Amino acid sequence: MQATEARAPAATRELFYNEALNEALRLEMERDQRVIVIGEDIAEHGGAFQVTAGLLDRFGPTRIRQTPISEIGIVGAAVGAALTGLRPVVELMYVDFAGLAMDQIVNQAAQNRFMFGGQARVPMVLRTQGGSGRGNAAQHSKSLEAWFAHVAGLKLVMPSTPADAKGLLASSIRDDDPVIFLEHKLLYRTKGAVPEGEHLVPLGKAEVKREGRDLTIVTWSREVLFALDASAQLASDGIEAEVVDVRTLVPLDKDLILASVRKTHRVLVVHEAIRRGGYGAEVAAMITEEAFDDLDAPPRRLAGLETPIPYAQHLEKSVVPQVDDIVRVAKELVV
Amino acid sequence: MTTAEKIDRKTALDLYRVMRTIRSFEERSTQLFGENKIWGTIHSYAGEEAIAAGVCANLRDDDWITSTHRGHGHCIAKGADLGRMFAELLGRETGYCRGRGGSMHIADTAKGNLGANGIVGGGIPIATGAALTAKQLGTDQVAVSFFGDGAANQGTFHESLNLAAIWKLPAVYVCENNQYAESLPVKRAFAVDDIAKRADGYGMPGVHVDGRDVRAVYAAAGEAVARARTGRGPTLVVADSYRHEGHYYGDPRKYQSKEEIDGWRRQFDPLADARTWILADRLASDADLDTVDQNIATEIDRAVAWAEEAPLASPIKLPDDVYASH
Repeated sequence: MQATEARAPAATRELFYNEALNEALRLEMERDQRVIVIGEDIAEHGGAFQVTAGLLDRFGPTRIRQTPISEIGIVGAAVGAALTGLRPVVELMYVDFAGLAMDQIVNQAAQNRFMFGGQARVPMVLRTQGGSGRGNAAQHSKSLEAWFAHVAGLKLVMPSTPADAKGLLASSIRDDDPVIFLEHKLLYRTKGAVPEGEHLVPLGKAEVKREGRDLTIVTWSREVLFALDASAQLASDGIEAEVVDVRTLVPLDKDLILASVRKTHRVLVVHEAIRRGGYGAEVAAMITEEAFDDLDAPPRRLAGLETPIPYAQHLEKSVVPQVDDIVRVAKELVV
Repeated sequence: MTTAEKIDRKTALDLYRVMRTIRSFEERSTQLFGENKIWGTIHSYAGEEAIAAGVCANLRDDDWITSTHRGHGHCIAKGADLGRMFAELLGRETGYCRGRGGSMHIADTAKGNLGANGIVGGGIPIATGAALTAKQLGTDQVAVSFFGDGAANQGTFHESLNLAAIWKLPAVYVCENNQYAESLPVKRAFAVDDIAKRADGYGMPGVHVDGRDVRAVYAAAGEAVARARTGRGPTLVVADSYRHEGHYYGDPRKYQSKEEIDGWRRQFDPLADARTWILADRLASDADLDTVDQNIATEIDRAVAWAEEAPLASPIKLPDDVYASH
């Protein structure tokens, strides 16, 4: 892919989400020698979800740096590399493993700039994936975005489509702050139109994925797809839902969310992570504080049950919001 | 145990000057803390000066270090400005971290100091990453991680030394064994009698050195740094020392006897030792060293005065203080 194609009209192709991420990594590594990828199983194996497939052949083992199973060593090395001039992209296989690396994420990467009075910047991306739906059970299925949203100094990105995955990953790699980039394991094999060549989606910008007048569904990651399916069902009942894909949880695009709420006057926040202390509470509180007079009903939250993710397929589905759940709560809200 | 080697007058005086500066800085910090001018907590490096001085004398400005909660000594040995250090302790705008970090987070990135660290073992992987940068960019820079005996029992020690060894990174891991992990004596924290033996498990050289003898530290670190700089990989250097003060200012030290504290402080004093051998080897006279001491005392007075005159740290500005790009 030549850089000049970036200015060509936005030709697109259908790509899987993991292929779109792969393309972003390849283009950014071609563009900037300082970008390296570091993580487990990322070389010959191509990553647990094939996001780094083929990159070893293209860039070699020094830039596709496969590591032993050493999560805090990997993340800490990325922090040190970022402080000293590289732009590392870490792949942590599951977000559930972040616990092993949390000190380097929270006490080091997130705070170095602040603690050092602005002397440092930490341009690193920590890519990982979460979410349920594959029978991986409690230690491989969580949605932990609220952990990272609560730490000053991190940015937090959760793309739902292949095009956003490509554009947001490229922007995250070029960003000068540590970015937590959370993918969803059931999005990797979803397809969508993806612009060829350079494609940047700015951090901090939400997107209306479906326009509507009757209520706003604010959501992110895989639940965006569920919300769109639910919206199609609602439309057949004469309810037009607007679906706002937050895309970047930190910084949050308050303006777009508030503009939508001021149009529809009703809001449903949906996420897969458990409800208690979830990021949906932050979004709902923000809307309540900033647009209380525009609301015709209290904001509603639809989120995961307060339980570890169970194994059996029917149980797994029963604890996170499904399409039917969104339809049901949306109808309650609009009545 | 690496033995001390003869060194020349200039090196001897440089090492003495750095050690004396660290000791005087710590004495003045302790005094300022007692006067309630320093907020929070400080951890004195007194007694361990030979390690920072001996190691950093082998480093260039563009080499990197990561430091610890007991970080004043490393910072000074890597070339920091004393005024900006005191200003940080006093919460001033001219401090290294503009009053946002304090003693446990002083960094001086222009001199390659990637920061003190309030997390025991937190700097070890960061130095490893800095060494990765040097290797990746093909420079001959070296990264040194200072950490204590306590950190040698953290997971970061294991993961980082293994990564550095398999990737042959230009890193030097300097374990400052000051005999206590906070209140826990080394004997109760390690079943192995020599921490340097752990290097075998990673496939790197392990060197055990008398951390009270700055000549021995200088020589051992010199070999380790040269090895790293010439692409031969990392080294673990374990330097024995004794922490003269408690873990932190005001530590009641219930885990140590009065006899130990008073006796060991006299017995294990790298600064007094340095004076003795410099005189014995006729590298400088008593008068020469007194002059060094007096000059440092003056420098410290000036630095404190400069810091005290500086404005208080400016209010937190968001998001600029927290995010580089927004």
